Amino acid sequence: MLTVRRIIKAGFQDFWRNGWLSAATVSVMALALSMVMGLLLLSVLTEALITNLENKIDVAVYFNPGTEETDVLKIKNDLFSLPEVKNVAYVSEEDALARFKERHKDDPIISQALDELDVNPLEASLNIKVKDTAQFPAVVSFLERSEYQAIVSKVNYYENKDVIMRLTAAISAIRKGGAALSIILGVIAGLVAFNTIRITIYTLKDEIGIMKLVGATNWFVRGPFLIAGALYGVVASLVTMFVFYPLVFALSPAMSRFFPGADLLVYFQHNFLALWLILLSVGVVLSVAGSVIAIGKYLKI
Amino acid sequence: MITFENVSKFYNAHPALDDVSLTIAQGEFISIVGQSGAGKSTLLKLLLAEEKASEGKVTLDGKDVAAISQRELPFFRRRIGTIFQDFKLLTQKTAYENIAFAMEVSGRSKKEIQEDVPQILQLVGLEQKAHQFPRQLSGGEQQRVAIARALVHQPDIIIADEPTGNLDPLNTWDVIRLLTKINELGTTIILATHDREIINTINKRVVSLDKGKVIRDEQGGRYIL
Ligand SMILES: Nc1ncnc2c1ncn2[C@@H]1O[C@H](COP(=O)(O)OP(=O)(O)OP(=O)(O)O)[C@@H](O)[C@H]1O
Ligand SMILES: [Mg+2]
Repeated sequence: MLTVRRIIKAGFQDFWRNGWLSAATVSVMALALSMVMGLLLLSVLTEALITNLENKIDVAVYFNPGTEETDVLKIKNDLFSLPEVKNVAYVSEEDALARFKERHKDDPIISQALDELDVNPLEASLNIKVKDTAQFPAVVSFLERSEYQAIVSKVNYYENKDVIMRLTAAISAIRKGGAALSIILGVIAGLVAFNTIRITIYTLKDEIGIMKLVGATNWFVRGPFLIAGALYGVVASLVTMFVFYPLVFALSPAMSRFFPGADLLVYFQHNFLALWLILLSVGVVLSVAGSVIAIGKYLKI
Repeated sequence: MITFENVSKFYNAHPALDDVSLTIAQGEFISIVGQSGAGKSTLLKLLLAEEKASEGKVTLDGKDVAAISQRELPFFRRRIGTIFQDFKLLTQKTAYENIAFAMEVSGRSKKEIQEDVPQILQLVGLEQKAHQFPRQLSGGEQQRVAIARALVHQPDIIIADEPTGNLDPLNTWDVIRLLTKINELGTTIILATHDREIINTINKRVVSLDKGKVIRDEQGGRYIL
């Protein structure tokens, strides 16, 4: 107990008295944590981008004119029960007409033509969105089952198939690229943090030797370094958070323009504590583990 | 009892110690003399297990020093107080803290530390400099901190490697008197020095080293090279 108190006190003292060394270590550590933070924010942007793309992709089923609404709604329910389906929106014949008119209200020829028709030429439809665009074929083949043949007029999948496939490929490329980038930058951040700690301990190796020669146990020598290492992590994570706040504040509007639906500032504010805890644990784990590994060889005196 | 049994130490095939055999009894005061580079510090490093012998064996109370496990080593070293030739003070600790450190490592209580450290600081004449860092101290003052650190936990054995190298004559004799007195209380003292006057005055056992070999070993010896 006495020893633990002494170790903790020595850790704080080392951190404080090696002021410049600690400042240098903390700044490089903060740089590494900034990379981690950058990755977290980047993933928010790519998620927004992907959601955006996915929302643009849907397949519509059109129904023969005069089909009973209850039949259509039954199919809608059937579709909902499929695990692949995310959302199904029903557009009745009247809704379709209203939308069509709205869209072409500035075009007098079309408006006039419509007015001259007694019957509504537009068909009711279901707009289907799936959780993963690769699952469209399964949904389409479900709709092509014979029991629906009587009322389904057409499924507009095959003419859009190419576009859908290309978007699906793009989404998966973004996901893969993001993951690869995260791994590479994450590894770099880890190496940077680890090497900083190694250099810090290298500069203190003579002190380690002295402590051992005076009769300190390995833990009595190691302990203060672990405390100081944890402090590097804590301070670096705080520094990173406070550097990123104004940065996110300034860049968020521009980012929202490039990535519609992504609001970095709101994300940052809502997840401030969680983000800080992530940086804190990454920083503390890296520097404490780095210290333990780096100090090993200097203890063998 | 300390023994060196046919000990040699090679640095890149160059012998720093060459077939040295010595026996040092409990409570003895022994001086090691020899020219610069003769191997005095090397001999002391082997005893503290800072270096390992290339050949032969160093023992303390029958135990092979080189075979002490990493776990046991700290406890072994606490039995020895070392005044290093290059002081080896902790640069980020004050004089007081450097001395207290030797007591902290062996888990001495706060109370003991608060009593003993000021006392020993006074003994080496540094009570005014207690809260200075080593870089704020003169060479001689640093050496006296190193001396205080070696003595404060009352070790069984004191290794003093050139402990007066940076001291003025007055301080030198204070330190030698202090070591003699501690020796009279039963502590083994191993003193390495080139100081002819000290050797000739204290009239104790002298071992002379030359190029790593023991060339003379006599009681009440004099400084002859
Ligand atoms: N780590 C080392 N690597 C290589 N050679 C060394 C090393 N330590 C000591 N030596 C060599 O061993 C020899 C003995 O050195 P040692 O330090 O024991 O001398 P010394 O008698 O203490 O000298 P001084 O009176 O100058 O302190 C010297 O020739 C020195 O160059
Ligand atoms: Mg020497």
